[in-house]
Amino acid sequence: MKSAMVKSFLGISLAIAVLLAPSGLSAQQNKPWEQIPTPKLHEFKPQQPRRIALKNGIVLFLQEDHELPFVSGSVLIPGGSRDEDAAKTGLVELYGQAWRTSGTAKMNGDALDDLLEAKAAHIETGGGEDSTSVSWDSLKGDADQVFSLALDLLLHPKFSAEKLALAQQQMAAGIVRRNDDEGEIAERESAKLVYGPNSPYTRQPELATIGTVTVKDFEAWHQRTIGSKLIVSVDGDFDPVAMEAKLRAAFEGLPPVKAEPARHESFPGPKPGVDFIDKQDVNQSNIEIVGLGTDRHNPDVPTLSVMNEILGGGFASRLFQKVRTEQGLAYAVSGGMGFDYDHPAAFQVMVLTKSASTVDATRSALAEIGGLTSKPFTQEELTRAKDNILNSFLFRYDTREKVLAERVRLEFYGYPANYLETYRASLEKVTVDGLNAAARKYIHPDKLAVLVVGNGPEIKPSLDELKLGPVTPVDITIPMPGQKPGAGEKK
Amino acid sequence: MQRKVFFWYLSGFLAVAMAWTSAGAQDLKSFEQRITTKVLPNGLTLVVCERPEAPVFSFSTFIDTGDVNDPSGQSGLAHMFEHLAFKGTSQIGTTDYTAEKAALEKVEAANNAYETEYLKAVGRDEKKLAALKAAVKQAETEAHQYVVPNQFTDVAERNGATGVNAYTALDETVYFWSMPENRLELWAWLESGRLSDAVPREFYKERDVVMEERRMRTDSSPQGRLVEQFLATAYVAHNYGRSSIGWPSEVGQITATEAMDFHKKFYVGSNIVVAVVGDVKASEALPLLEKYFSRVPAGPKPEEMTTVEPKQFAEKTVVVREATQPMYLEGYHRPDYRDPDNAVYDAISDILSNGRVSRLYRSLVRDKQIAVEVAGFSPFPGDKYPGLYCFFAVPAQDHTTTEIRDAIHAEIERLKSADVSDEELAMFKTRTRADLLRGLADNQGLANTLAQYQTRYGDWRELFRELDKVDKVTKSDVRRVANQVFQSSNRTSAWVETVAPAATAQKDGGAQ
Repeated sequence: MKSAMVKSFLGISLAIAVLLAPSGLSAQQNKPWEQIPTPKLHEFKPQQPRRIALKNGIVLFLQEDHELPFVSGSVLIPGGSRDEDAAKTGLVELYGQAWRTSGTAKMNGDALDDLLEAKAAHIETGGGEDSTSVSWDSLKGDADQVFSLALDLLLHPKFSAEKLALAQQQMAAGIVRRNDDEGEIAERESAKLVYGPNSPYTRQPELATIGTVTVKDFEAWHQRTIGSKLIVSVDGDFDPVAMEAKLRAAFEGLPPVKAEPARHESFPGPKPGVDFIDKQDVNQSNIEIVGLGTDRHNPDVPTLSVMNEILGGGFASRLFQKVRTEQGLAYAVSGGMGFDYDHPAAFQVMVLTKSASTVDATRSALAEIGGLTSKPFTQEELTRAKDNILNSFLFRYDTREKVLAERVRLEFYGYPANYLETYRASLEKVTVDGLNAAARKYIHPDKLAVLVVGNGPEIKPSLDELKLGPVTPVDITIPMPGQKPGAGEKK
Repeated sequence: MQRKVFFWYLSGFLAVAMAWTSAGAQDLKSFEQRITTKVLPNGLTLVVCERPEAPVFSFSTFIDTGDVNDPSGQSGLAHMFEHLAFKGTSQIGTTDYTAEKAALEKVEAANNAYETEYLKAVGRDEKKLAALKAAVKQAETEAHQYVVPNQFTDVAERNGATGVNAYTALDETVYFWSMPENRLELWAWLESGRLSDAVPREFYKERDVVMEERRMRTDSSPQGRLVEQFLATAYVAHNYGRSSIGWPSEVGQITATEAMDFHKKFYVGSNIVVAVVGDVKASEALPLLEKYFSRVPAGPKPEEMTTVEPKQFAEKTVVVREATQPMYLEGYHRPDYRDPDNAVYDAISDILSNGRVSRLYRSLVRDKQIAVEVAGFSPFPGDKYPGLYCFFAVPAQDHTTTEIRDAIHAEIERLKSADVSDEELAMFKTRTRADLLRGLADNQGLANTLAQYQTRYGDWRELFRELDKVDKVTKSDVRRVANQVFQSSNRTSAWVETVAPAATAQKDGGAQ
């Protein structure tokens, strides 16, 4: 029973919360559901992992969980694709793949595969925007062996030219296919509008840039990052005393960690206007309305989070109610202000609508965004948004795995361990006045860019009807070797 | 970051869980103690599993009906009804149901008049049509004044519901979410309400939403287009070959009356299993659930669809020429999930395509370097009726679907002509046990699995017993089944051949 073709009710909705006071709510005579008692919630104190800071700066987290006979773990290593050389864009992703497939001097990647899979165990490596990682999991009985293999891979990789070539081939296939799916195009190109095409957050790997990556680059990257502040976390069915001893033995002897240099980045945000990418094999437009978001250090984040809930959160959000329920213009519509932990995320609203209603749907979404400043928030909206967020807050820590992941995240980005508690307390204090002030401060429709990916000839009325200035075509031609990287960027 | 090309559309959605027989706390016996089932007088089955790890619960309402049951000419109906199930009941989502009901009847009458004119083969009067359309809009506006939009889901979300969603597959329709445990009674009221007291509220707007869903999933997606054509070719009689979201001219014409008739026939107690997993006590929960779910009408189990796909004797191929990169898909008819060889198909999938040790990865990706992704999986597109054993691959840059096809066929031949190794077979058994065990620690996944097994086998315990069948699979079983099913006369293949954009025909999936 493994494969099924399914359609879900909500598709892509990422978001959070709520909307317009339903019309006629006051006229509703009796609300039977309000007569149903809500007993006191069973007492619950989420189990925090044990944190151990080693003298060399490495941090360990141990989270016991004996429900199932498995042990898993990971080592998070600062430094990711945003730190790689622009001329070698794609290096960290290739590294994340080839690290594991290459293996170590003692055991190459193929032999590791054979050994681990026979035990239903896994060791994987990965490369992301701000970090790389080694992770593992296995049945309890194999945990010691799997841990020592993972540790060997972490500290003593032996990168193979063959596996680099394999990773390059995989990535090249992704590059030549990147314009096949319109959702993928919209996501990628709208991010480029926000951060700029050459930003470390959006520059894209090209056949030319991945072609320059060598095994020496991998070795240099490993050398450069392995001495930074590692965060080691394990969870599952282990003995805590033995596990601590084992982790100390593995990591205590490593040299003191090097501090990460401070980041100096500027984020100007998008150039307002309408950008268009013509894709004639679709009958639906992907509309992205984007601007610059903020980061979680910003004390206004709790207020903005409530605003997000009202704009594009759940079923009762302004966007969902208007564009989907009332107008029937979209199946997928969502969005809000994004927050990253150490740099501004994007403000992003997305709508998918049939070609002919592109202008209508764009206008509707823009009107809801503009409405954040022109249509004052109501107490009803605030209460609903708070109910939504606070009553489901529990699901941020209802498993030990989630609690551990949150603690690792906070440690990685340098936030206090009680962040969730203070965040929750701040959410409770959000007011209508606060919402209105935050909307005035952060919502600037004149600074937003609109990107449409869709079927040009079918889009009638045309995008000119939006009257947001000239429509700029975006060239997304994929540069083939011989061309200069970036030749296919926006003209 | 560059996104990998994932063939998510075909990959498994329903985590199937089984237990590790030797893993003390997680064997059948321990589940016997934690699971209580009860069949209500109306035929509805309740399954309650106590897992008090945190003060939350998840549910799965499993309707043994999907788009395979859509009447002829009404493809997409089961899915359309699923959307309706979020619109509330006579008690929630309305300011005055008596008045709304009368207004909805007028909408239906207006829509019938419009469609009668619209569908006239000869002598359609465009002016009259426009007037009738305006009349529908007017009737909808009048009905809308009684609507409290999205109140059903709003009440759920305000009470902490998370992951509020549903899906409609060819075989089944499933509703689910998770909630704090102190909202169990509220949930029972909401859920039993929409099962027993559905209302055709805002139906035609929602039909537009579903048409957008079709454009997103099928018309505007290269994989969606390929799969729809592939299935329509592989099946000549059975509804597995029919677009599951619905052909545009059919789903675009479904009426509220048809959706309500469908509900009446299929949403009866005997066709529904509700599973609840989490911080609940069966002794306290069951009386409460019984009180609410007894509202669901009793009724005979709806007749199963009786069409049987005739044996394929002609090999079939589909070529999609368009401006996207090549992809390759092929499938062979296989029996349904009740077949004694069901576990053998799982063994074949594991050996052929599970991870970097698998035969297909090592041959096509690692050694020949002609593909970047390759998978063998089954059953698709459903399991309740005979589905397909499928292969899917993404060629590497500058490699062709012909090379891919030949390399897949070489691996199939290997499977047919020589036994798999002892190590491969042992690995399948070990990984199956471990993977299934991993699935037991998630309330939502477990609720879905329990409901599914209770529906398909009439007993959730089959979840654990299935492992015995996995253990009994032999090397000769694998070879025998491979020879049985992987025959060229039983094959349908479909691929994308890349052509320049100018030659691409425009698609129009929209009926409105």
